[in-house]
Amino acid sequence: MRLIINKIILALSTLAAILGLIFLFWILITLTIKGVKSINLYIFTHDLVDNGLRNLLVGQFILALIAVVIGVPIGMIAGIYLQEYSFNNKFASFIRNLSDVMMSAPSIVIGTFVYAILVNPIGHMNGWAGAVALAILMLPIVVRTTDDMLGLVPKELREAGVAIGAPKYRVIFDIIIKAAKVGIMTGLLLAFARIIGETAPLLFTSGNSQYFTINLNEEFPSLTVAIYNLATMPDKHLVDIAWAGAFILTFFVLLINLAGRYIVKDKK
Amino acid sequence: MEKIFKTLSQLSASTILLILSAIFVVLYIEAKPAIEKYGLHFLVDPRWGVTVQKNNTPNVANNTANSEVGGINVEDDDVLAAIGALSPSEEQKSDVVYGGLVPIVGTILSTLIAMTFAVPIAMGIAIFLAEIAPPSISKPVGIAIELLAAIPSIIYGMWGLFYFGPFIAKIFGGSSVNLLVAGLVLGVMIIPFMASLTRDSMKTTPNVLKESAYAMGATKFEVIKDVIFPYAKKGIVGSMILALGRALGETMAVAFVIGGVFNFPHKLTDPTVSIPVVLANNFAESSGLSLAALFYLALILFVISFIVISFAKFYFLRDKK
Repeated sequence: MRLIINKIILALSTLAAILGLIFLFWILITLTIKGVKSINLYIFTHDLVDNGLRNLLVGQFILALIAVVIGVPIGMIAGIYLQEYSFNNKFASFIRNLSDVMMSAPSIVIGTFVYAILVNPIGHMNGWAGAVALAILMLPIVVRTTDDMLGLVPKELREAGVAIGAPKYRVIFDIIIKAAKVGIMTGLLLAFARIIGETAPLLFTSGNSQYFTINLNEEFPSLTVAIYNLATMPDKHLVDIAWAGAFILTFFVLLINLAGRYIVKDKK
Repeated sequence: MEKIFKTLSQLSASTILLILSAIFVVLYIEAKPAIEKYGLHFLVDPRWGVTVQKNNTPNVANNTANSEVGGINVEDDDVLAAIGALSPSEEQKSDVVYGGLVPIVGTILSTLIAMTFAVPIAMGIAIFLAEIAPPSISKPVGIAIELLAAIPSIIYGMWGLFYFGPFIAKIFGGSSVNLLVAGLVLGVMIIPFMASLTRDSMKTTPNVLKESAYAMGATKFEVIKDVIFPYAKKGIVGSMILALGRALGETMAVAFVIGGVFNFPHKLTDPTVSIPVVLANNFAESSGLSLAALFYLALILFVISFIVISFAKFYFLRDKK
């Protein structure tokens, strides 16, 4: 009897695993079929107004890049504080937990927050607001990564640095960061992959634009927001463009993730 | 220089606290007109953007919230357009009511459906990966699951709209955008996340414990049930609550398939709306009181998910540092 129950349960959980995998591959396969069919050179060389994706791809990339420029330095230095300066006091563990909670905060709520501070006062949606929303999303991830990766650096390295009389910030920048470089880079890559696929915080901060622009003071084109708008259009051709965009986005995100894994594996 | 850097690093760490409290304060300030006008009654009022007559209120039964309000508060352009047929004098007497019950119920129900669907499957995947499959299978499958957790949620939404929704509609009838489809798409989306976290906590069980149970003649199921689960219980429950928090605040996977209408769902296949979707669809076009009501909803969502996530973090997933 025990053996039968055992068999049944194991079979059930294998079945559940297969069912889950079927769903997930169903998504990937439809995405690939639909996406590959709609991808051609035309969509890379034309803007949305001519049924292309060029301005959207560039726009999304610029938004994510600015988010990195804002979010990474603050996040890294905060991570350095948590690991190197705090000596694990109460404040540091409070910030650490808070940052973890912030990591799971609904992204749309961050969008509403940025709307209140950067869109409403200005009067219209703008690219900066979108970039700031992404930066806020990215910040806790960067903090966590830096904190974890610096924690892996052996204590002896720090002691060696201090022993030759280097000030602490030199020890951090010249020794510890270098030792943790690979791990931090990987973490940053994954954080980038996470924010480049975000839609919700951009919907009413950077909005969307049909045209090619690099002027961040105006509404800014973004791939994810455009996918959302295009996919619900009655025009079938526009839906196909949305699929192409979705495929490019997923492909890119998965590529970054794989690259991150490869770097980590290489190091080991 | 050393001092400067130390202060700078302290400041950077404080930005986390600063941003979180700023989100709370700003949302509260922006929501204030709606909070003052509707109070907690907002939470149980199913009407959204409904115009009611002020002096004689025959058509609406439950009207305590706005009967005391003195000033005329029709500020919203959308609503003005919607009631454009009314003459100005009638407008003076009418008032617009916003209540959050429908999106709140929609959020809770869709999350519940997602959890009912995702928990067994994610557990199955986790058990399969941690205990059943040989390394040659569990490794690539594990990586695939983790990669799937990284796919942007908008992709899940699109798939739900074009493939999964019609599929469900064929089985259960009704339209292809409804509460059930939204819940299931949400479930599919959190499966990889939940499965990989659960597997990780299961794997923390020391081999010695498992081996001694096997040595006593326990079957695999008994080992899982009596050794691994009790050992990794906190981690597993914590991962599930984290996944629940993610489902609560998810926008894009739901926005395509929930229907987006303010409609109280009487059965599973009714279209309805959830808080993030209300925000996504109405935010850019709102102003005045309706915008304040949206901020009120955002604040509610923020507070709920903050509580849920902190509960998971502080109670179940405490850092052992």
